[in-house]
Amino acid sequence: MIDVINLEKHYGNNQVLKGISVTINKGDIVVVVGPSGSGKSTFLRCLNCMEDPTGGQIIFNGVDIADVKVDINIHRRHMGMVFQHFNLFNNKTVIENIMLAPVYVQCQDMRKAKRKNALLKVTNLFRKEKKAISPVTQTKAEIVKEARENALSLLRRIGLEDKADVYPSTLSGGQKQRVAIVRSLAMNPDVILFDEPTSALDPEMVGEVLDLMKDLAREGMTMIIVTHEMGFAKEVANKVLFIDEGRILESAPPKEFFENPQNPRLKDFLSKVLV
Amino acid sequence: MGDFERKVERFIEIFINQNGYVKVLEGLKNTLLIAILGLVIGILIGTIIATVRVVPKYKVLPRILNGFCSFYVGLFRGTPMVVQLLVCYYVMLPLMGVHMTGVQVAILVFGLNSGAYISEIMRSGIMSVDSGQMEAGRAVGLSFGTTMVKIVIPQAVKNILPTLGNEFITLIKETSVVSFVGAADLYVAFSYIGSNSYEFMVPYLVMALIYIVLVMIISLGIKIMERSLRKSDRRN
Repeated sequence: MIDVINLEKHYGNNQVLKGISVTINKGDIVVVVGPSGSGKSTFLRCLNCMEDPTGGQIIFNGVDIADVKVDINIHRRHMGMVFQHFNLFNNKTVIENIMLAPVYVQCQDMRKAKRKNALLKVTNLFRKEKKAISPVTQTKAEIVKEARENALSLLRRIGLEDKADVYPSTLSGGQKQRVAIVRSLAMNPDVILFDEPTSALDPEMVGEVLDLMKDLAREGMTMIIVTHEMGFAKEVANKVLFIDEGRILESAPPKEFFENPQNPRLKDFLSKVLV
Repeated sequence: MGDFERKVERFIEIFINQNGYVKVLEGLKNTLLIAILGLVIGILIGTIIATVRVVPKYKVLPRILNGFCSFYVGLFRGTPMVVQLLVCYYVMLPLMGVHMTGVQVAILVFGLNSGAYISEIMRSGIMSVDSGQMEAGRAVGLSFGTTMVKIVIPQAVKNILPTLGNEFITLIKETSVVSFVGAADLYVAFSYIGSNSYEFMVPYLVMALIYIVLVMIISLGIKIMERSLRKSDRRN
């Protein structure tokens, strides 16, 4: 589903990614580990062009989204992202956070369809063979209602239904991160990128977030996760990548990755983190 | 003291019996009109300029726009308001062949001028919003502009509201220079009363009082607005 071909990224003279190639299939749970400053977060942020790659290709659903001419906004709708610092919209309530993008995108599509229909009506006057007009049936109120129901069912799933109308500032870290995860779920993405989702959480809240991620994994969601949670990687991932100094040094299923590492750098890294 | 009482009586006589209050009300109307419309235009221009100035500048168009906006801000911050009024009224308008009343010119110039100041206020407001907010908006597939309008600017406005109130107060007080282009504001009204009674002490005291009351009302309004906007920050 995602083909990364020779991805490069540099800031000025500082080359952070030195040619990363990896293929991610539907349903894959890929965990990316590596020492800090190795480029693993940059790699993840390049995948949805949050940082513009300076070289290479990212083929997502058949389109090279690293190309600047591509309308990245359309592709990002199929690519959720969860941040280390949650980044919930502070000026919106929890449910508005979840509804905002789906409602906006659908209303935009509706307006586009209406405009197209209006244009068709005019051009049909000059056509011998009339083109069929596909009528727009949904109104804005319906879109909002549907999005609201969807958002409520997502909140019910994480047990935060009663928090629907409060502002994010009143939530705990774990609750914020779970809301952030369902916010990206609300767009029905094909893949979700997790950028150190548990690093900013109190230890007691890490579990609830990891549990939700495990649930998603069981449902077959494609996930790419940058994390320091080695236990989680062992348990859930079906592929673990080790990135250091902008290169993938090892890529293996978790069992092999942790029990029989090949690269000396990885051996050294694991001996430090797995105490 | 008898002298002062006589002056007050003289003022009241002109204020009420010789239609002085009509002048004052009209002056008050013009003052508020110029300040409020100037602020509205200023906020619009300022927001647009501030947005242009925070757009990432990889491409050519944002760079050109950014250069233009810097020039605009430099021009309007670098010249006094009176000069701008005079140049606009006596140079620009005749050159373009447009006729505008003094009040209209004042509204225009106050808008353009405060736009330059508000753009800097707004820019600091936008930069005070965590960059993660923009990233989160972009990550769910919203465009830069949409995220700006729906997420970043509302939070920026909340942060800069006290400063924006300051700007409004400055505008109210600066309206006293519009008599240069023949607009009748509060200052003109009280000067009229003063010169009719050959007595300036009481009229100018009353004028100062009216300015103070105006500013106090505005401060109160801002405080109330701020409180209602702060509700998303409360932790309960």
